[in-house]
Amino acid sequence: MIKPLLLGTDALVFLLVALVVLFAVYARKREHLAAPWRDVVRSRIAVASLVVLAAYTLVGLMDSVHFRKALPMQAGQQEVQYGGDVLSVLDILLGPVRTQVETTYSAPFATHLYAKEYMLDEQGKEVRGYPRLKYGGAQLSDPEVDKWPDIRRRVLLSVLETLGVMLLIYVLFGALLARRWRKPVPVALRDIARGRCAVPWRTALGTLGAVVLLIALIANMSAAWHMLGTDKVGQDVLYQSIKSIRTGLVIGTLTTLIMLPFAVLLGMMAGYFRGWVDDVIQYLYTTLNSIPGVLLIAAAVLMMQVYMANHPEMFETMAERADMRLLFLCMILGITSWTGLCRLLRGETLKLRELDYVQAGSAFGVSGFRIMMRHLLPNLMHLVMITVVLDFSGLVLAEAVLSYVGVGVDPTTMSWGNMINRARLEMAREPIVWWSLLSAFVFMFTLVLSANLFSDVVRDAFDPRLRTER
Amino acid sequence: MIAYIVRRILYAIPVLLGVNLITFLLFFVVNSPDDVARMHLGAKRVTAESIEKWKAEHGYDLPLLYNSDKQGISSVTQTIFFDKSVRLFVFDFGSSDAGRNIGADIGQRMWPSLAIALPQFLIGLLVYVSFAMLLVFFRATYLDVSGVVLCVVLMSISALFYIIGGQYLFSKQMHLFPISGYEPGIQAWRFVVLPVVIGLISGLGASGRIYRTFFLEEIGKDYVRTARSKGVPEVTLLFRHVLRNAMIPILTGVVVVIPTLFMGSLIMESFFGIPGLGSYTIDAIHNQDFAIVRSMVFLGSALYILGLLLTDISYTLVDPRIRLS
Repeated sequence: MIKPLLLGTDALVFLLVALVVLFAVYARKREHLAAPWRDVVRSRIAVASLVVLAAYTLVGLMDSVHFRKALPMQAGQQEVQYGGDVLSVLDILLGPVRTQVETTYSAPFATHLYAKEYMLDEQGKEVRGYPRLKYGGAQLSDPEVDKWPDIRRRVLLSVLETLGVMLLIYVLFGALLARRWRKPVPVALRDIARGRCAVPWRTALGTLGAVVLLIALIANMSAAWHMLGTDKVGQDVLYQSIKSIRTGLVIGTLTTLIMLPFAVLLGMMAGYFRGWVDDVIQYLYTTLNSIPGVLLIAAAVLMMQVYMANHPEMFETMAERADMRLLFLCMILGITSWTGLCRLLRGETLKLRELDYVQAGSAFGVSGFRIMMRHLLPNLMHLVMITVVLDFSGLVLAEAVLSYVGVGVDPTTMSWGNMINRARLEMAREPIVWWSLLSAFVFMFTLVLSANLFSDVVRDAFDPRLRTER
Repeated sequence: MIAYIVRRILYAIPVLLGVNLITFLLFFVVNSPDDVARMHLGAKRVTAESIEKWKAEHGYDLPLLYNSDKQGISSVTQTIFFDKSVRLFVFDFGSSDAGRNIGADIGQRMWPSLAIALPQFLIGLLVYVSFAMLLVFFRATYLDVSGVVLCVVLMSISALFYIIGGQYLFSKQMHLFPISGYEPGIQAWRFVVLPVVIGLISGLGASGRIYRTFFLEEIGKDYVRTARSKGVPEVTLLFRHVLRNAMIPILTGVVVVIPTLFMGSLIMESFFGIPGLGSYTIDAIHNQDFAIVRSMVFLGSALYILGLLLTDISYTLVDPRIRLS
């Protein structure tokens, strides 16, 4: 028996997905929005980073379907009791990566612990040494000899599986495109392989191949090895890194989702109505803007901590509490980051409102609100889109810094910021523990780099004036 | 110009009042002083007397906005709002929740902050502008493309990694500089070099790329083409014409931060153990010393507004066509 649980951020994540789908349907029919996106997907860089971003998003979405497992029924119990720990679909898929917990640090692909402990040798005497891991390489009888052959076998298996899967995807995809292009299947396959199509499908499939290989490696290795080692309490670092994806994505996207209505509405109102409305809105964002961002966030999060400490009855589980904090952090980040977009939209609206079609609209007696929605908003959409995409990577990076300062996500939430924070002490340890930091680095860098590359292409497509390459 | 400056300063007053109100709402209305006291005293077995005692010791035992016990002017002045918020306007920060004088602490701690921030700012400006100039000089070559790729890669790495990596490489492996700490006086340079270098590298990506865009924007304009067709050498062209005209967008981002240099960098100072205002703030956050956080918010806002004013003034210095009115 399971009981589904919709956390606050889950609800917003799914709302966001719905909005994106709706927007895609809306933009399909509008040439001024659809054409730049067609340019975007013609760029090889954009397509490759889009595949990476999609992989991250998929992980994040799977991690957003939460539920609680029922506890075993006690004798004489009437109602089903549910466990306190909240699981997600991703947890189930990751299976062994989540459950195989060692006692403390172990290096990537290690068979023994990283720290010396007292243990019993063959004669039953107590000695100090590196004990074998409970799970990492436990299937081997003699780790010295069998370790590398075992790893090699698993890598080879993963490569073969990937090749098989990718070949299947390639053929299926070719068949699909062949129908659309009205060409024979072999011709379509050849065109894809030689890159002779408008959208660089070859790059997309290549990147997808890399992602599939990674998934195959995780699937084949995780049952027997800790690919990225374990942390202080023996938890798999790979599990933490993957679980952190959702936190990063939530901060990067929900912050924008929360601030967008304010920024768009206030920006348009200030530009359209001018006069005292403009003064008030300008005063509002100047004031908010003049408070140093980190300090405002710090102050707000501190206050929220006090509030939550004094109202523990609001949260049934730890996860709900941590989730509330995450959501709140998104809100605060939103409050500090809407000013830039608002100012931009105000300036643009000031220009647009003087144009003939807007003037004609108001001459016909169309109400201000209607003019803003029907005539101004569609012409501001590109600015909104550029900002949304550009802000994303900055927000993901901000999460790490804020968590380090101590005003970020809850310490129990898995996030790259928390991993880096802990890694700081591990780097001072002798011998150093480097794998936590490295995995946080790799996962975060991949996400932020692909977001940066993608946003560059998006910006160039929507605003050719800002094109960086000339 | 004087009239303009005076007007801007007058406009700063309502803004600072707004900042003050926001912090007041955050710190005293969302959570009443009772809540704060309870949190400081620990959740377990807090009696009403101990809360009252804590509040009396730290000056939180007054009413929030209006003191009905007092007569005349003191019914407004004998309140938390007046005591804790309005006094900030004359930069009287009062004492922290731990009982130290915040104003004296700030005066003492701003020097280490400046020792890090000022060299980083000046050298950074020089390095970033030269780097962008270099890319622009070799524009549309492989050097330019690889430079831009480098910038995007550098931008995608969190500042925390630069600090942790730099400390590990330069201090722990190569023993070039102390890992952290600070010493006043001339010996300070040993502790300053590493943070400055790391700060420069972590800022290179974003700044180098944006400056390159500014320069490219100018280089496409007609006057540059005219100058080039008259035979002005490319280097002269870049430094005498392009750089000067690109100054406006560069200044917009740069001058604003000059006054806030005092505030130091939060993470940099706390990683390197520098006793500046950044680490002061971080410590206050960790110890939940709200009085310090409140003062720093106000100080930061005031400095930011000063920065905006300086930006406007600097425009007139760079571009004589701009008149403030």
